[in-house]
Amino acid sequence: MKALALAVRTFFAWGITLLVVFPLIWLALTAFKTELQAIAVPPQLFFTPTLESFIEVNSRSDYLHHAWNSILTSVASTIVGLAIAAPAAYSMAFFRTKRTRDILMWMLSTKMMPAVGALVPVYVMAQTAGLLDTRFALIVVFTLSNLPIMVWMLYSGFKEIPPDILEAARMDGASVWGEFWNVIRPLALGTLASTALLCLVLSWNEAFWSLNLSSAKAGTLATLIASYSSPEGLFWAKLSAASLLAIAPIVVVGWFSQKQLVQGLTFGAVK
Amino acid sequence: MSLARSVRPRFLPQEQADDVDAAPPAAVRAAPSRFLPRALMAPAVITLFLWMIVPLAMTLYFSTVHYNLMQPGEKTFLGLENFEFFVTDPDFGPSVWNTVVLLGSVIAITVVGGIGLALLVDAPFPGRGIVRVLLISPFFVMPTANALLWKHMMMNPIYGVLAQVWGFFGATPVDWLTNHPLFSVIVIVAWQWLPFACLIFITSLQSLDRDQMEAAGMDGANPLQKFWHLTLPHLGRPIAVVVMIEMIFLLSVFAEIFTTTGGGPGNESTNVAFLIFKQALMNFDVGVASAGALFAVVLANIAAVFLIRLVGKNLD
Repeated sequence: MKALALAVRTFFAWGITLLVVFPLIWLALTAFKTELQAIAVPPQLFFTPTLESFIEVNSRSDYLHHAWNSILTSVASTIVGLAIAAPAAYSMAFFRTKRTRDILMWMLSTKMMPAVGALVPVYVMAQTAGLLDTRFALIVVFTLSNLPIMVWMLYSGFKEIPPDILEAARMDGASVWGEFWNVIRPLALGTLASTALLCLVLSWNEAFWSLNLSSAKAGTLATLIASYSSPEGLFWAKLSAASLLAIAPIVVVGWFSQKQLVQGLTFGAVK
Repeated sequence: MSLARSVRPRFLPQEQADDVDAAPPAAVRAAPSRFLPRALMAPAVITLFLWMIVPLAMTLYFSTVHYNLMQPGEKTFLGLENFEFFVTDPDFGPSVWNTVVLLGSVIAITVVGGIGLALLVDAPFPGRGIVRVLLISPFFVMPTANALLWKHMMMNPIYGVLAQVWGFFGATPVDWLTNHPLFSVIVIVAWQWLPFACLIFITSLQSLDRDQMEAAGMDGANPLQKFWHLTLPHLGRPIAVVVMIEMIFLLSVFAEIFTTTGGGPGNESTNVAFLIFKQALMNFDVGVASAGALFAVVLANIAAVFLIRLVGKNLD
């Protein structure tokens, strides 16, 4: 009876899961097809895989250009974000005042503003400053929109560090910087890493700002993929190859940072 | 030492501050002034403040003037005319309705489906680890890739997988994006957010009291009763969190509409966010778009107030 229940559960869990991720599996398969196989009727499950589409996608220099834009903007916004958020979180975690809580709540509230509410002013400012379609504008916007989440994640991580350790470091005459670099950084390495990962994922996948503020010059992979939306020409194999290259690294990163992701996105409300 | 004693407690949580009086810490370094913590916090606070206040102030201003990107020149004061224009736009009513339908449907699908999936993979079975990892994956797919994957490979009326399945069962393939545009967008967005809800429910189920479940089982409670009286109350908070976070993010669903239906046909899949985009960057009417943006901000704040309260309770 128990064995039967287990078998039924296993069957349903696997069946439903495969159904849910079927589109992704299909995408991965199509990426290794030729364009003709990609639109074959009936669909082909078994075929000789080819790297044709990947080669073609990569030989179009604009793919590498957009990939480079994606890497640059997401990495830069993560580094700048950490540089701004870490000191703030450190200050809030170790020099707590009555106002700390209010500041944290206020930071959270800035994240609640829908992006579309800021679209017009940000677009007009970028246009006036001549920053439309520049990586600089994207980095600034990505950093700012991730900043509240970063401060929150770092704050909850730093809070776990016992104050006694800091006290001991201070006794040994550590400077503030020494205290941060030698004591907190090693202890909070996990927090720093998961914050950085979450920020990378969010910036990499960001589509609202990149679609509105960038095009050919500074466009990220999200905008390149969007350019495949035209109904003319069915380039499914190439679309799949490009999509697979664009999402694979970040999906893998996501697998490793699931737990932190839950905490970060829910601001610690679900543990 | 006495200096440290008089200054330090201000920066410590209450219980620790009390400890300090009982047993003063032997900190040798000069007590931190108020300056340092504030200086460390300043960059984050100042940038976020500007990020919040500058766009908001500009939106408020733009919403009261005539400002078209294609007609540079005088920005004449219009009062509330932009609001009137935005609200009386024939697309406004449908776009609000579409926003609500999109929001409600996706939330309903992801919460119900997420709980179901989380319960399914909560108990151990062969390959549970792999199943969980697979289930989470769609959430990390960038929205534009997600939307095009569905638009082309799944929903294409001739070559799409769904059309083939329909054909296999002898049904007439459906042109999803043309005939059911809003429904299609709902499917695409729900597919992306189901893993998010599921992930949160999985995490939350791990902290469910197993002993209590077992005791209930021994007292003769059937699985349904256990779910209703123990599991569901336990999931109350995560459900609230999922609902509110999705409300905030889904209010601005944009990329999925932009890449698939373009808001059409007509206005059938236009939501408020897309309508604002159309006014601003396709009609170049900054004034009207700003009026719409303020409307969206008000909508989002209704959700935000509740979420902030909930998270705030958790802070202490």
